Amino acid sequence: MRTSTAAPLKHNMIGTAMERREDHRLLTGHGKFLDDLDMPDTLEAAFLRSDFGHARILGIDTSAALELPGVVGVFTGGDIRPMMKPMPAKVAHPALQEMPRLPMALDEVHYVGEPVAVVVATSRYIAEDALELIEIDYEELPAISSTAAALAPGAPLAHLGAKDNIAVHAVQRAGDADAAFAAAPHVLSGTFRITRGGGHSMECRAVAARYDTAARQLVVWDSTQAPHYARNALANLYDMHEDDIRLIAPADVGGGFGPKAQFYGEEAVIPWVAMQLRRPVKWIEDRRENFISAMMERTQTHRIKVAFDDDGKLIAMKDVFEHDQGAYVAGLQVPMITLSTVPGQYKIPNIHTELYSCYTNMVPTSSVRGAGRPQAVAAMERMMDRIAEYLGLDPAEVRRRNLIQPDEFPYKVGIMFRDGSPLTYDSGNYPELLAGTLERLDYDGWRRRQVELRAEGRLIGIGIGCYVEGCGLGPYEGAKARLTNSGEVLVTLAAAPQGQGYETVYAQIASDAMGLDMDYIRVTTGDTGRIPFGQGTFASRITATAGPAVLQACQALRARIFTTAAVMLKVEADNFVFRGDRVCLAEDESISVTLREVTQVANVGKHGITLLRGVPAGLETQAYFAPERAAYASGAHAAVVEVDPETGRITVLKYVIGHDCGTVINPLLVDGQVLGGFAAGIGNAMYEEQFYDESAQPQTTSYLDFSLPSSMEVPPVELFHIQSPSPLNPLGAKGAGEGGTIPAPATIANATEDALRSFGARINEMPVTPPRVAAAIAGRVPAAQ
Amino acid sequence: MNPDASDEAASQVRVTVNGREYRAVTDVRTTLADFLRHGLGLTGTHLGCEHGVCGACTVLLDGAAVRSCLMFAVQADGAKIETVEGLAEGDELSPLQESFHRNHALQCGFCTAGFLMSVTAALREGPVETDEQAREVLSGNICRCTGYAAMIKAVQETSMQVHGDKAAS
Amino acid sequence: MKPPRFTYHAPTAVEEATGLLADYHEDAKVLAGGQSLIPLLSFRLAAPGHLIDINRLPGLDHVERAGNAWRIGALARQRTVERSAELAAAVPLLAQALANVAHPQIRNRGTICGSLAHGDSSAELPAVMTALDARMTLVSAGGTRQVGAGDFFQFHLTTAIEPDELLTAVEFDSPVPRTYAAFEEFALRRGDFALAGVAATATFGADDRIERCRVVAAGVAPTPLRLAAVEELLAGSELSAPVLAAAKEAAYREVTPMGDSRADSDYRRHLLSVLVRRALSAVLSKHGAEQEGERR
Repeated sequence: MRTSTAAPLKHNMIGTAMERREDHRLLTGHGKFLDDLDMPDTLEAAFLRSDFGHARILGIDTSAALELPGVVGVFTGGDIRPMMKPMPAKVAHPALQEMPRLPMALDEVHYVGEPVAVVVATSRYIAEDALELIEIDYEELPAISSTAAALAPGAPLAHLGAKDNIAVHAVQRAGDADAAFAAAPHVLSGTFRITRGGGHSMECRAVAARYDTAARQLVVWDSTQAPHYARNALANLYDMHEDDIRLIAPADVGGGFGPKAQFYGEEAVIPWVAMQLRRPVKWIEDRRENFISAMMERTQTHRIKVAFDDDGKLIAMKDVFEHDQGAYVAGLQVPMITLSTVPGQYKIPNIHTELYSCYTNMVPTSSVRGAGRPQAVAAMERMMDRIAEYLGLDPAEVRRRNLIQPDEFPYKVGIMFRDGSPLTYDSGNYPELLAGTLERLDYDGWRRRQVELRAEGRLIGIGIGCYVEGCGLGPYEGAKARLTNSGEVLVTLAAAPQGQGYETVYAQIASDAMGLDMDYIRVTTGDTGRIPFGQGTFASRITATAGPAVLQACQALRARIFTTAAVMLKVEADNFVFRGDRVCLAEDESISVTLREVTQVANVGKHGITLLRGVPAGLETQAYFAPERAAYASGAHAAVVEVDPETGRITVLKYVIGHDCGTVINPLLVDGQVLGGFAAGIGNAMYEEQFYDESAQPQTTSYLDFSLPSSMEVPPVELFHIQSPSPLNPLGAKGAGEGGTIPAPATIANATEDALRSFGARINEMPVTPPRVAAAIAGRVPAAQ
Repeated sequence: MNPDASDEAASQVRVTVNGREYRAVTDVRTTLADFLRHGLGLTGTHLGCEHGVCGACTVLLDGAAVRSCLMFAVQADGAKIETVEGLAEGDELSPLQESFHRNHALQCGFCTAGFLMSVTAALREGPVETDEQAREVLSGNICRCTGYAAMIKAVQETSMQVHGDKAAS
Repeated sequence: MKPPRFTYHAPTAVEEATGLLADYHEDAKVLAGGQSLIPLLSFRLAAPGHLIDINRLPGLDHVERAGNAWRIGALARQRTVERSAELAAAVPLLAQALANVAHPQIRNRGTICGSLAHGDSSAELPAVMTALDARMTLVSAGGTRQVGAGDFFQFHLTTAIEPDELLTAVEFDSPVPRTYAAFEEFALRRGDFALAGVAATATFGADDRIERCRVVAAGVAPTPLRLAAVEELLAGSELSAPVLAAAKEAAYREVTPMGDSRADSDYRRHLLSVLVRRALSAVLSKHGAEQEGERR
């Protein structure tokens, strides 16, 4: 008896701009964010954090804090020794000088904001009162507040035990860049300093924990992007079996963007103290903590040079850059991504990218939407414009001459990607993207208008930013599919959402995979107790990995259901279809059973009675999809800006995004991701910058000093898609979460420098802020037209 | 909140929230936001910054949009408050909520309540017709997910529905 | 970011309020709109032992006109003032400035007097009240006094209000005829604190020359700063192009703002000078427009 499993995937739901199932609860105030959950009798925690960038802790006196009515416990690093083990870097490197990152500081603090003690009390108000009663004796040490300071000869050490301030020095090579530069007709250099900021999701971090003494299981609620990663970290720190820890990301998490994909000391401390106190405890991070202790991206300084011929064709590229890693290496993903992203969409026979990742005394850096790509794109795209200026060519034309062509895929760049595989772009059509973007911008029209308006004294600039984005990273993602006893298909994802609409999107994929109406499919997410393995939501990876996993699991479930139905109906057929909640014979739909009836037979069974022969027991399947390598999304942005020479204010007159993320599962959601990413990109391009002074004290500690773009700052965007499906997964999907962000700083910087061309001004720093623009023009007189 | 564990000064507060009267005891320093969320269990209103900038905590106090993180609960004694939980009529979403849904004007949903209340207040004052006006109305709240484009559409669409097309009349 | 403990008082009469201030002095803070004070408490940058909530005091929410003078009471919300069509028509500088103050959600609770008492030199209202030569009414158990704007703002976040005094009203005169005003500011984002701002008003004589003017800068000094050198330069002038250029230059030389990582001192000086010229240009345009209107 054969059952048809290889039904070709009809895209009924996939590709549909379906409205989201999540919306109703979110619109009516019934969202399930961590601090909204009903957790009776839960104590609240507050962390005392280092006031110094670098200091020795000579002593801590918590006695007064313990006396405060309402305080249930106070713990320092010394009080939690059994779990005080180093938390290893999420992404490492053989040459990494890894300084131990403990859940809380012990003898030495390395950044302002580092947790030093935790108070648990009956309310957060009281816990904060108690923080003020803790006395710490610090011996201040010299602090490193920039990569330049870190690398300066004779620089003090950011970590007393380190041999120097370099976390890792890594090089990627293709061809022979040095020889190529020596022989090249033209060489240009540039130095660019790109600063980003924090993720600033509207919900800060949060973790709550309760030890179930009867079940002997620790239950942790954590607004994390990576439940299994966090669970594994806890199991390791506590020496507990992985199944004795259940870690659940709430169904609603208020944004992630990268900072919540890391593992923090607070996530380790809170469940531990809950176990010690034998009381449920929760910690809801506040925004001040978020500013100083949530991981962010900070500054990279790129010294890049390009070699090219008279036609502007690239011969070689060398980019040596410094990355501010912060006080600890939580993971090297950001600079490693930068290292391999610089070449972008271009054919470059000789490549040399070199990273100095530096320890500094500021909060560790880690991925924020874009994750090291915006910086790489900025360096390369600025140089493409400089090449054009140097040769007197149009910047779009210079790019066109260097683009990888559509018939050259899969394209091997020649260097390695951070997933350990040779950097290979799977698919794309870069010329079509660029052409589409420029056409919608009316590039030629604006170049003409630019000349006219310049004659009137108006400073108009046009900028382009092209990029590729490695996404859909492995190692794998997982999904289970089960026909529950109520006759509904439950899809269980290991991954956890923060607004990407998993409950809707994966129901769409499941629906098409099974040929079953979406009404009978439900999706649940982010719970290590429901599915044992998973990696997490980051690097725009879930659609390309969890999508195929869901696809495979659901196709297999469909087969088992049909097999069961065939036995129940006593037919030798393999041709079934779903109609509503019924499983029907394709050639005669009146011959059918309901899904519930199927579960009665295969799941529930009859106590003690032999299962019908041929029925597979238990209608549950699982699938883990491991992509062969990363997929490559791509895009081309273009902007027209006007600069006010007196104030330096930049006004975006027009902005176009061309986007290619392969197969689009839900256009409504994908557009949302691109436009949301664009707002973050505008923030990086023009507004967001977190400052530290020379003693590594944070200067931007509230939204009064730090500007997130509001609706007034995000200009309207014209967005179009092309779809170059990825051959790496059955859905052909790539990632869509970061494309709106990645080239925005480069595009705006290019446009601004173009606007100021008559001044010969240089825009070498991002974000491009009015004071920087004014400084670029200062003292310069525009050349005669 | 566990006021029983502390010796803090407390006060009785009487408020009408979404048409229902509540009487509760609260510590004097408890913010209105915390009071709504944990005192009354109305967790739809969220805290994003606790210093009045992000707008996630916006509620209507006697009809005016205010930051509930910048008021103490005791200050709301006797007031009429509207929160996101009161926008729908039973199962029926308000035109604004429906429009947000249709236009995908929310992703993670954390900021949504604050936006809905700010926009509700604005639409009560009059129509919001142009892109510029919509951006202005939305500018007092921060979203990190959507990039605002869908919200702009939703505001204009709802205004059309609620106020009619002035140009046409 | 939860506020520290305090003893809460909600007096229902001004005498009660001033009595409390007399009792608790520097350990007390007045709570009106709370839009500036409560963030300070949430950040625990301030921890007064006593909070005196004046929102229950009767009769302080007035926005009224007595002859030529306008009086705004301590509890008049910024939004109420913003919406007073009569006041907007009579004193356009105030309405223009208010549109720049944060966002409506803040202005719904924030009070005019609260902003003045807070005394942030980057804020719009202190600069506007300085340009309007406003008088602040201060009441204590010992009596009442008025302090002019010029003496009221003393330093960063420091005013002439004594620890036992309550600011109950601000008063300013309607501008005389042929007075035109403009408010210009530059902030990184809409609604942010300005990097620099200018409130300018000028009264023109029948000969189209400036008889009287006020040019006040925000955000470049510890208090709102009257640019005396600029005002002197403008007196008797017609605000011609060379005068505008000279005023810009004079403004640049007159200020020495503090810089920070976002915007250094030189940029702020330069910005302020640009805003001065733009504000004065706007004043000139309004004068010109009204003249056009008169001629028709």
